[in-house]
Amino acid sequence: MSGVTVIAVIASAIRLATPLLLSALGGVFSERSGVVNIGLEGIMIFGAFFSVLFTHITGNAWIGVVAAIIFGIVMAALLAVVSINLKGNQIIAGTAVNLLAAALTAFFLELIWHRSGSTPICPDMLTSNPIRVLEKLPVIGDLFKQFTPFIYIAIVLTFVTYYILWKTPWGLHVRAVGEHPKAADTVGIGVYKTRWICVLLSGVLAGLSGACLSIGTVGLFREGMVAGKGFIALAAMVFGKWHPIGAMGASFFFGICLAIQIQAQSFGLDVPGEFLAMVPYVATIIVLIGVVGKAVAPKADGQPYEKDEA
Amino acid sequence: MKGRWKKDLPKVLEMKNITKVFPGVVANDKVNFDLEKGEIHVLLGENGAGKTTLMNILYGLYQATSGEIYFHGEKVDIKGPNDAINLGIGMVHQHFMLVENFTVTENIVLGSEPSKANGLYLDMETARNTVKEVSDNFGLKVDPNALIQDISVGLSQRVEILKTLHKGAEVLILDEPTAVLTPQEIDELGVILKNLTQEGKSIILITHKLKEVLSMSDRVTVIRRGKIVDTLKTKDTNIDQLAEMMVGRSVKLTSDKEDKTPGDVILFIENLVVKDTRKYDAVKSISFDVKAGEIFAVAGVDGNGQKELVEALTGLTKTVSGKVSLCGKDITGNKPKKVLEAGVGHIPEDRHKRGLILQNTLAENLILGYHYCPPFARKGVMNYAKINEHARTLISEYDVRTPNEYVTAGSLSGGNQQKAIIAREFYKDPVLLIASQPTRGLDVGAIEFVHNRLIEQRDNNKAVLLVSLELDEVMNLADRIAVIYQGEIMGIVEGKDATERQLGLMMAGASMEEAIEGGKADNENKIA
Amino acid sequence: MKTRLLNVWSVLKLPLVAILVGFVVGAFCIMLAGSNPLTAYAALLKGSLASLPSFGETLYKVTPILLTGLAAAIGFRCGLFNIGGEGQYVVAAIATVGVAWSFQGLPHFILVPILLITGALVGGVWGGIAGILKAKRGINEVITTIMLNWTALYLSNYLVRTLLNPSRLLDKLPSGHTVAVPEAARLMKLKVIIPAFGYSSAHTGIFIAIGVAVLMWFILFKTTLGYEIRAVGFNPTASEYGGISSAKNTFLAMFISGGLAGLAGAIQIMGLVYMVNQSPELPGYGFTGLCVALVGLSHPLGCIPAALLFGILDNGSRQMQLAGIPKEINAIISAVILVFVAGALLLKYINVYFEKKRGAGKPRFKEVREV
Repeated sequence: MSGVTVIAVIASAIRLATPLLLSALGGVFSERSGVVNIGLEGIMIFGAFFSVLFTHITGNAWIGVVAAIIFGIVMAALLAVVSINLKGNQIIAGTAVNLLAAALTAFFLELIWHRSGSTPICPDMLTSNPIRVLEKLPVIGDLFKQFTPFIYIAIVLTFVTYYILWKTPWGLHVRAVGEHPKAADTVGIGVYKTRWICVLLSGVLAGLSGACLSIGTVGLFREGMVAGKGFIALAAMVFGKWHPIGAMGASFFFGICLAIQIQAQSFGLDVPGEFLAMVPYVATIIVLIGVVGKAVAPKADGQPYEKDEA
Repeated sequence: MKGRWKKDLPKVLEMKNITKVFPGVVANDKVNFDLEKGEIHVLLGENGAGKTTLMNILYGLYQATSGEIYFHGEKVDIKGPNDAINLGIGMVHQHFMLVENFTVTENIVLGSEPSKANGLYLDMETARNTVKEVSDNFGLKVDPNALIQDISVGLSQRVEILKTLHKGAEVLILDEPTAVLTPQEIDELGVILKNLTQEGKSIILITHKLKEVLSMSDRVTVIRRGKIVDTLKTKDTNIDQLAEMMVGRSVKLTSDKEDKTPGDVILFIENLVVKDTRKYDAVKSISFDVKAGEIFAVAGVDGNGQKELVEALTGLTKTVSGKVSLCGKDITGNKPKKVLEAGVGHIPEDRHKRGLILQNTLAENLILGYHYCPPFARKGVMNYAKINEHARTLISEYDVRTPNEYVTAGSLSGGNQQKAIIAREFYKDPVLLIASQPTRGLDVGAIEFVHNRLIEQRDNNKAVLLVSLELDEVMNLADRIAVIYQGEIMGIVEGKDATERQLGLMMAGASMEEAIEGGKADNENKIA
Repeated sequence: MKTRLLNVWSVLKLPLVAILVGFVVGAFCIMLAGSNPLTAYAALLKGSLASLPSFGETLYKVTPILLTGLAAAIGFRCGLFNIGGEGQYVVAAIATVGVAWSFQGLPHFILVPILLITGALVGGVWGGIAGILKAKRGINEVITTIMLNWTALYLSNYLVRTLLNPSRLLDKLPSGHTVAVPEAARLMKLKVIIPAFGYSSAHTGIFIAIGVAVLMWFILFKTTLGYEIRAVGFNPTASEYGGISSAKNTFLAMFISGGLAGLAGAIQIMGLVYMVNQSPELPGYGFTGLCVALVGLSHPLGCIPAALLFGILDNGSRQMQLAGIPKEINAIISAVILVFVAGALLLKYINVYFEKKRGAGKPRFKEVREV
């Protein structure tokens, strides 16, 4: 395997890992506050679609990104209402978000472009490296040629997420709400408010992730383009033990699996692609079993908080 | 009289005409309550009398339906815990409000963290120093870096108190703070609270335990079924008067029980070792036996291995080593089903967690444990006609108050739920009945019912193993009493010879000999 | 009598209101698309119920989702969220093709039961993995079943591409699907018995599915196994206390649940499709099954009308499309129904609001003394 192939695989892995990471960070926020977010997939679909729609309308992909964030928040708000205020089952709510997002985007696709399958190519994309200087670096310069703005955004947001959750007072509140919401409530921390903000943040991040898939990669929206990436993101979050840096490592690992799968033939690797595709899922189950250090979810994860006030 | 008090000590707090209505229930009915500066004021009442509701209103967790709260003479509107905290009200809840995998410091500062850069940086350094400072100021030693999951219950309570002090509380509400403490730790808590009042704090103590009222408080307010009965100065009252006020009728605090010679050994335990969920030895080599026709009690403070002992006996937890036999038959390590089939009845300590399936019907609950036996089931198919008939019989026999056998168990009141469990367990006619905190959370009437049934079981020549945290209950019912401390039996005493002081010392870890010495010295001061 | 009716209403209120809301939102979307909701819904009914062939087509759609619905329902009854119906369906489908191919010499009446049992067993094992992990290690079955869904999909894709590909078994060109199951493995079409079913794809699988629903009802509510599964579902610790092993019943429930989803996969293969295609996406029957179970209130018999509803939505969409209405409307309606079922408490809030308006009777003090 030559150095060029290695760089190519790594670059491809990073590109594939980026949407996973963004979504996984969203999952970290949501679940650290105690709301299980199965709906990442649906929020990504929404983000992918609306970023393309608004890029088409305005001709500016950055406005598409903003739209992805806004519509990500809209989907996340639905999840928040059902699972926080209505104390509904968070798994059902998340599944509903996934089904709804898939159905609505297909419907809008039909309504706006009068076609099914996919949208036309966008007039503007975010697929090229915005920081050209880095390409001049020796050896790894080629790597940066493959970078998209989303990659920088994802890396920065990973550390921002870590900082927020572990180094700010509000982060302490979030983690307290996810572990023992009543304890947080009794010291005056608004449980609902905190969870709302976290779920909306997961909407922002998963929406961004959707934009990364569409205008950051292929420049169009296709039905089924998310195809389980939201669930791999979920897996990355669990694999990374509900920690942003862990999620980053997990996403990169999963990205490598996907990259090798795509490029296996080019360096004559004789592993069936299907098995590489399975790795993220099987690895996550293994981590849960506790073979490599047990992953433990926040204690109140998935439990609606009852204020026991009539 | 009252006027003079008013002049002497300024009122910190007044709650006037507080009414709180839950759907279908008036939890507080025009309640008046006040607190003077530097006093310890007990709010006394039975379970469900409305004590905690009233305090939750004061702390902003509930909103009163009507009524007013005055703080230092000014009308205040407490919309949430934040308002209460800002006024200087702190609450130590019965179930600790601590995040298990946070440090002591993180828990204490939670909600009012010191920060830098406009709240963008959590300043843990300052936090640790402040915690040290507060803990030194009030003489409450804690390790600021320890995780809550690694410290004892007593220390956790200390952290809870520090939490309120750190938030600048001048009024402290403590909800049933003694339930988890030994008599000696309770004395210590008394000293801590006295010190706090000398620092100018005012304290409200919620309890249903009469003796604590007398030993710890300056004044006492009795609440019954949502209404205030009266407020008295502690030194002007006595235990019988308080009991009567609390229950609403004169109460007999002891049960009658005839002397009886116990029969054969039914339950025999030898060197039993059990681990708790955290893999520590919770029961360390315990040995005792329970005979037919006696009530054998295990007394001790909560969390000293009682739960693990009972769960090991009933097969709900694995035993590490040792031997358990029933009527001479080895049942060590048997599955719960086998233990039940061997003739063990079990009234569990937590009837919601263990005793009942609240969402199932009463009839389905009344066969739990023998649901697979004829006539209720044959060859894996249930016979609901028989099941419902069985339920109707038990309901009338044990006077379970319910509209019918089809309602869910969860819709019954606590006392009736307990009756249903007792009915189910007695129906099996068990050779050994294990009753674990059988009166927890019940009112006096229901407690009497349970006590009489336990004595009846003993008089029918059955073995009864009673595990209880209430010393009164143990001394009242048991023929023999074993005291458990940190998973070991400190000694076994005859029920009729036991004194509270002696048991209390053993509950705190004194050996039986030490306890008897200590017990003698105080025998004269023994409270009946 | 009146209270009886009120009881029935209080139970059925949630799914009925959810369905109503779903159709109202659907109507709104139809208007957004510039059509008349009444025309659209008429087309929906016409396309799915108007003639025996179209009803037969609906029955064909109902068959797999009734079974995956039962799978989800039995999971719910044991307090388990089997979101893995997809994966269990997928592994069973591919196993059915494999076993049918291997035993192609066997006569119809022997091969069919063998295949049904294969599907149920393979699906059961796939669900059982999550069951064991939950029972023994306390691992949340939601995450494991999601992970197993995709693992199943890629496993199936691998087998389609290699072992079961016509290129290997029939010396044909490589293709994106497996070989077809032999004639003897195929379920009888309803039109063979009743010619009036015409062009429809309905097959005898629907009788199996309904039979299984009745069987599940009997097991859940009339046997000790059902008593124990429901007990564990509501309160595992109290069940342990009553001598009921929560680990055993958790595993059993996941095994049965997986088995039902697996049966759906086997029947779908034997009923019409006869082969498995390579696919980048999960087939969706498992998720629809969740909807069926929730609308059917996790009651095996309730799953029958619920599955019919979703079958109608699925089958009627073609007629709607002919009437110029986007077929995605039906997916939107399903999703909205699910959202509403998840947010069931909304109904309670609405009730409380109306009760307040009516001025509920003054509450009285709850009896605290009981004896």
